[in-house]
Amino acid sequence: MTTESPVRTPRPVEELDRVTIRFAGDSGDGMQLTGTQFTKTTAVFGNDLATLPDYPAEIRAPTGSLPGVSGFQISFASTDIRTPGDQPDVLVAMNPAALRTNINDLRQGGLLIVDEDEFNAANLKKAGYPLNPLEDGGLARYQVVRVQITRQNELALEGLPLNTAQKFKSRNFYALGLVLWLYGRSMDTTIKWANDRFKRMPDQLEANVRALKAGYNFGETSELFHSRYEVAPAEVAPGTYRHISGNEATALGFLAASELAGLPLFYASYPITPASDVLHELSKLRNFGVKTFQAEDEIAAIGAAIGAAYGGQMSLTGTSGPGLALKSEALNLAVMTELPLVVIDVQRAGPSTGMPTKTEQSDLLQAMFGRNGDSPVIIVAPATPSECFTMAIEAFRLALKYMVPVIYLSDGYLGNGSEPWRIPDIGELPRISWSYAGPVEGEFNPYQRDPVTLARPWAVPGQKGLTHRIGGIEKSGQTGDISYDPRNHHTMTLARMERVARSVADIPALEVQGPSEGDLLVLGWGGTYGAIASAAEKARKAGKSVASAHLRYLNPFPGNLEQVLRSYKRVLIPELNTGQLSLLIRGKFVIDAVPFNKISGQPFKIAEVEGKIDEVLGLTGPYELSFGGAAVLGGG
Amino acid sequence: MATATNGNIITEDLPVLTRKDFVTDQEVRWCPGCGDYSILAQMQKMLPELRVPKENLVFISGIGCSSRFPYYVETYGFHSIHGRALTLATGLKASRPELKVFVITGDGDGLSIGGNHLLHAMRRNIDLTVVLFNNRIYGLTKGQFSPTSEMGKITKSSPYGTTEIPLNPIRIALAAGATFVARSLDRDTKHLEETLYKAAQHKGVSFVEVYQNCNIFNDGAFAAFAEKDVRADRMIYLEDGKPLRFGKDGQHGIRLNGFQPEVVENAAADDASILVHNVNQENTILANILVSMDYPDFPVPIGVFRDVDHPTFDDLLQKQVDDAMAKGKGDLGELLRSGETWEVG
Repeated sequence: MTTESPVRTPRPVEELDRVTIRFAGDSGDGMQLTGTQFTKTTAVFGNDLATLPDYPAEIRAPTGSLPGVSGFQISFASTDIRTPGDQPDVLVAMNPAALRTNINDLRQGGLLIVDEDEFNAANLKKAGYPLNPLEDGGLARYQVVRVQITRQNELALEGLPLNTAQKFKSRNFYALGLVLWLYGRSMDTTIKWANDRFKRMPDQLEANVRALKAGYNFGETSELFHSRYEVAPAEVAPGTYRHISGNEATALGFLAASELAGLPLFYASYPITPASDVLHELSKLRNFGVKTFQAEDEIAAIGAAIGAAYGGQMSLTGTSGPGLALKSEALNLAVMTELPLVVIDVQRAGPSTGMPTKTEQSDLLQAMFGRNGDSPVIIVAPATPSECFTMAIEAFRLALKYMVPVIYLSDGYLGNGSEPWRIPDIGELPRISWSYAGPVEGEFNPYQRDPVTLARPWAVPGQKGLTHRIGGIEKSGQTGDISYDPRNHHTMTLARMERVARSVADIPALEVQGPSEGDLLVLGWGGTYGAIASAAEKARKAGKSVASAHLRYLNPFPGNLEQVLRSYKRVLIPELNTGQLSLLIRGKFVIDAVPFNKISGQPFKIAEVEGKIDEVLGLTGPYELSFGGAAVLGGG
Repeated sequence: MATATNGNIITEDLPVLTRKDFVTDQEVRWCPGCGDYSILAQMQKMLPELRVPKENLVFISGIGCSSRFPYYVETYGFHSIHGRALTLATGLKASRPELKVFVITGDGDGLSIGGNHLLHAMRRNIDLTVVLFNNRIYGLTKGQFSPTSEMGKITKSSPYGTTEIPLNPIRIALAAGATFVARSLDRDTKHLEETLYKAAQHKGVSFVEVYQNCNIFNDGAFAAFAEKDVRADRMIYLEDGKPLRFGKDGQHGIRLNGFQPEVVENAAADDASILVHNVNQENTILANILVSMDYPDFPVPIGVFRDVDHPTFDDLLQKQVDDAMAKGKGDLGELLRSGETWEVG
């Protein structure tokens, strides 16, 4: 260690309610791992938390380059929190490129920890710094802590049979150790994890544990930090908790749906970012009878899912925006043949390939209208990573009851983001009821609808006496045979619409947070929940008449939506798109809702929604989004 | 219940079914004289021989004239969308391996818009019977050239003649690793029925190309070699274990000259140079030599090109599930609690 004295100096402890930390480094530096380990420790400690991984699309962009920077943000608090934080209080930058792409986000006065060993000429050049930013006074707004992470890590690993490059890989553990010390966190969770992960690689295990402890001890013994910080555990509902990402919750939710219905789950998918994790998770579950099928393309994936749905399975396919576009013709076949099918869309940013690793909510209208003909489906959308679990169950409950395809709109922010989750008791989850067609006298009509739900009977191959033919051609509602009869097509089209409309009887009313009437309702859907609910809450605390509501059911809308909308003078709709829900709300209810749109691939910050609320309330002038330095640098 | 060697479920007390049991009440709407009628008739004749309850039979089709087929067969049927029948069949068979699934497709449906799925269904060896009606034309859309139309063909969409080389469906199936590959002819009803039966009995993917005459848009596409009076001299019936002979009295034969096949006219009865057909070979060299033979230089081969046993996709997938379940069925409550958890009191 650098200090000569072995005496550990007690440091003053500051108590904080909430801290946001961002770890940033080269994509080869293991920042996602560092962030995940810190998150686990924090979860076990009992803080409420939310995370946002922000990684580049390139698996390994050139080392030290701007596009190669990978980041992981975690916000943790002693109170209930809903977002991974607007602005980091702490930035750990492992190289100049990481500093350059992230420094504009760090709050003024925030703590900046850098590996000064990496600020060499070559790395500075790759990051586009003509001068060393650690030397030129440009970081005066922050508390800069320069640590020789690379050198100290190497010293700590002396004597281990590893080469320099291998030793370099433990730097992230050094950084993690340092931050664990800073927030008074134990190293136990990480050491336990490392023992398991590197069981068969004793040298790596030793290196990582030594690096972790060296970082921790450096914090303890060096005089670089004026104080350490404490964030007390949050008060949360009693129960057993785990840490869960949206994609994990999605996979577990669909498995739970299968168990609750007693129907085997069949999942067909084609690899696509950011939905592939759902395929990875479900592929592990053969012991639950889950069959997964990695298809040759997006169309084959939904085709196989339709085949399995026709065969009477709980059938699921998953993708992201471009894949949903490819699936649209086949999805229409499921609409026409009225089969229960769920399509997951973990939305990502932009048209075409867009920005696959960034988040957006811009597939709502595609889900709603992106097919030929009048083609209604049910659309649901989880609002938080852990809600991905419950909404998956909802998706199948509705699909099976109404014999209709359901689109489940998650997004990259929800899918990759994570939070603590109170593990539910299986007994408290809703049962899913369904039935195959019963025996019939005489000719079987596959379009003989249930008088209440308008669902058609689900007759599956293997059932005696129910052989029948279905397909994408319009069928007679009377016989199930092909029909070009004008009146029949009219009534069948309306029946398909009406069936979806009637499912409103099975969806919960929209809940409002805040006053039940007043000046402003902030209405959202999907992954923007945290920012919207937090901003509205802050506004209320400041004495403003602001409520918020979040739609989990997008088609049909909850039955009380119009009444809710009409209870406020104004309605503000923040969305990570150009105004898709706004268009639907304005069109359906002829209400002059105010859209608030951000299309940057990044989630809303609470402050952004607050700023817009103040504008709509007439408290300030027009609110403008600010994109910091990211636009100049071109993302990464 | 007993399970036949081919995996089909046979119910001991299954009533003997006849062709009539597989006829629906739908009026068949193909053009009078269409080759599809024969394929439908041979299929309906063959189905009772499978001894599978008709509710366990499923016909899945794409789009095109041939794809109307399921409406006329009294089993479960799914008329899907263009090119995608194999994807539905794959999902159905993968999730319900006990069903017997047929796929009906055409040269446009199966080789053009659905070409990708054909490759992957073949390589996966999923237990499906795929019947591809090849009339070398788009019939339902009224007469455009198809991926199997001959180079230079004049159609509504190629008034100057096509400028592209046709695909050979058998070669595609072999290249993709299909375990059963055969060709038959709409007009040779006996051969067609036998070939469909063999294909249906095969465990794994079976691919049957049927030369099918479209008498409206491509009449006589196969007439030069398939008409009754010339067939013996211009087509060669492939029979496993037998020498490759053709002609009214089997007087001509096929032998190899280097890697090239050649016709031996009036070969002696004991001519040992005549190739002997063998459908069970792992390598597809002989099958590929045969598939290269075409009229007028060679007689057109008809019959089974390849018939080998490989594990099927659906069985392997089911086995993974069965093995995993045998080790201990998953417990949802336990799974939800797996990983690091903590209690909040």
